[in-house]
Amino acid sequence: MGKVLMKGNEAMALAAIKGGCDAFFGYPITPQNEIPEYLSYHMAQHDRIFVQAESEVAAINMVYGAAGSGARVLTSSSSPGIALKQEGISYLAGSELPAVIINVMRGGPGLGGIQPSQGDYNQITRGGGNGDYKLLTFAPETLQETVNIVKASFSLADYYRNPVMIAVDGLIGQMMEPVDLDQKIDEKPTKEKDWAATGHAKKRGHRNKIVSLYLDPYDLEKHNLKLKAKYDEMLETEQRYEMINMDHNPSLVFVAYGSMARIARSAIQVLKDAGIEVGMIRPITISPFPEKAFKHLPDSVHTLLTLEMSLGQMLQDVQIVNQGRYTLDFYGRAGGVVPETEDIVEKAKAVLKGGKGQ
Amino acid sequence: MKTKTIYKPTGGLVDRDLSYCPGCTHGIIHKLVGEVLEEKGLLDEAIGVASVGCSVMSYEFFNCDMQQAAHGRAPAVATGIKRVRPEHTVFTYQGDGDLASIGMAEIVHAAHRGENMTVIFVNNAIYGMTGGQMAPTTLINQKTSTSPTGRKKEGTGEPLRMSELLATVPGATYLERVSVHDPKHIRKAKKALEKAFDVQTKKQGFSMIEFVSTCPVNWGIQPQDSLEWMVDNMIPYFPLGIYKDATKEENNE
Repeated sequence: MGKVLMKGNEAMALAAIKGGCDAFFGYPITPQNEIPEYLSYHMAQHDRIFVQAESEVAAINMVYGAAGSGARVLTSSSSPGIALKQEGISYLAGSELPAVIINVMRGGPGLGGIQPSQGDYNQITRGGGNGDYKLLTFAPETLQETVNIVKASFSLADYYRNPVMIAVDGLIGQMMEPVDLDQKIDEKPTKEKDWAATGHAKKRGHRNKIVSLYLDPYDLEKHNLKLKAKYDEMLETEQRYEMINMDHNPSLVFVAYGSMARIARSAIQVLKDAGIEVGMIRPITISPFPEKAFKHLPDSVHTLLTLEMSLGQMLQDVQIVNQGRYTLDFYGRAGGVVPETEDIVEKAKAVLKGGKGQ
Repeated sequence: MKTKTIYKPTGGLVDRDLSYCPGCTHGIIHKLVGEVLEEKGLLDEAIGVASVGCSVMSYEFFNCDMQQAAHGRAPAVATGIKRVRPEHTVFTYQGDGDLASIGMAEIVHAAHRGENMTVIFVNNAIYGMTGGQMAPTTLINQKTSTSPTGRKKEGTGEPLRMSELLATVPGATYLERVSVHDPKHIRKAKKALEKAFDVQTKKQGFSMIEFVSTCPVNWGIQPQDSLEWMVDNMIPYFPLGIYKDATKEENNE
């Protein structure tokens, strides 16, 4: 197919079809509407399922039903809608069902706004629904990286029997970029879904039950420990990140993901042109948090500057990983305000001068 | 001497003790659903959805693949299953707190879309599992743990009639309210279930069978008196009968 110019939301929808998505269940919310709009036509063209549900709550429970009977399922929404889906996401995790959830984040809290934000970081990385569970969550920077992750996410969800979230912001959803939808991607080996309630009890020789209810606390604890072992495996094998400009002995290193990393990348170039070398750790997974990236920084590094389109959420993970080794600083914008490259450049210069900057 | 089998447990239920209280009609209703699934040869292709409430454990009782849904969401879960497994029989089993309160949106919209599924709705006018709180279907002046002086119209409204309500939804195909308080009505209820599953097999759309039921423990009366109380108090407000049969309309066309 080669490179085509596509809007982020539509490219993600097409990537889902190419990733083998059997069914989509969603509900309208800005700024992700092009995903259900695109799929309402194209899923039918591919002889697959599209349902516009009566609410986000219903949509995620349709996902739960379809995933329970063995299908590869997608839903998409934006922050307030993702908040509504948390009940179903917790059930998916508790019942160990694979599903893919795209979150095109916007400003909050409450109805908030419709401009790009990263304000759902804590909700995504700390669970969001009830109980002890984790999502495997990607926070890509470019549209190319996003479509590759969307395509691979169905096999990852199947492999771990766990919901996978792709957390982008409205900027990636709404922007147009050249993208190749047929790039080769790494997929997990497929396993037969012998656990699914497919309606073949007799042929199979036993009934399959999809449940998250364990009334005996010792049984539930055992189940929780089984889930934890899975999250530990994700922590070990799924941490993804990019190290940028580290071979130029930077004393300052940015920590930024998604659209914020994109702006920071421009800032690094502007600073380089001015003779200042700054590095960046760019988390690609935010759950698990890529703690490995912080273990082998150059000796030149003195300060980590966390940059967010939120007010210090990922900063807490940086603090946990840092354990007092480096000086930490922070710059964040909220409410859907997207900073300019210059804002980051100025902040970096101020930090390097020893001041706190703006 | 030759023996003749005149009664045996249904293969539609797993051979184990049910979790229900004495005098509750869940047991009879389970048996009827199990019998219909078995007799129609649907056990090896059916997928059932258990809800939240006393019947939460029904995934342990029905002898087919089962999925347990969040409170009120069974019709949405069943929608997801049916859409990706259209050739399979899909049913939900829900109580009145689940279906008529927290799951109102899901049941109305599943009917509205004409989802080709069967809903078993057990209405005993109270929240049983959580200890006898007022439900949308609780009768006026009925005492519950959250209406200790009896339900009043002011502030809590009058009991919702779900079969009548869903009869106004264009997408619903077959709606019938039944009871299992005596053998005659049990036979009639079984016929209603047969009809509902036939509607689904023929791909005619959404069907719901509402059972007027009992809860002696939370009603605070003896099991042997509860059927009588149900007949005297509930059936007059929730009259038995067919509330919608769009298959007839189709036949007439």
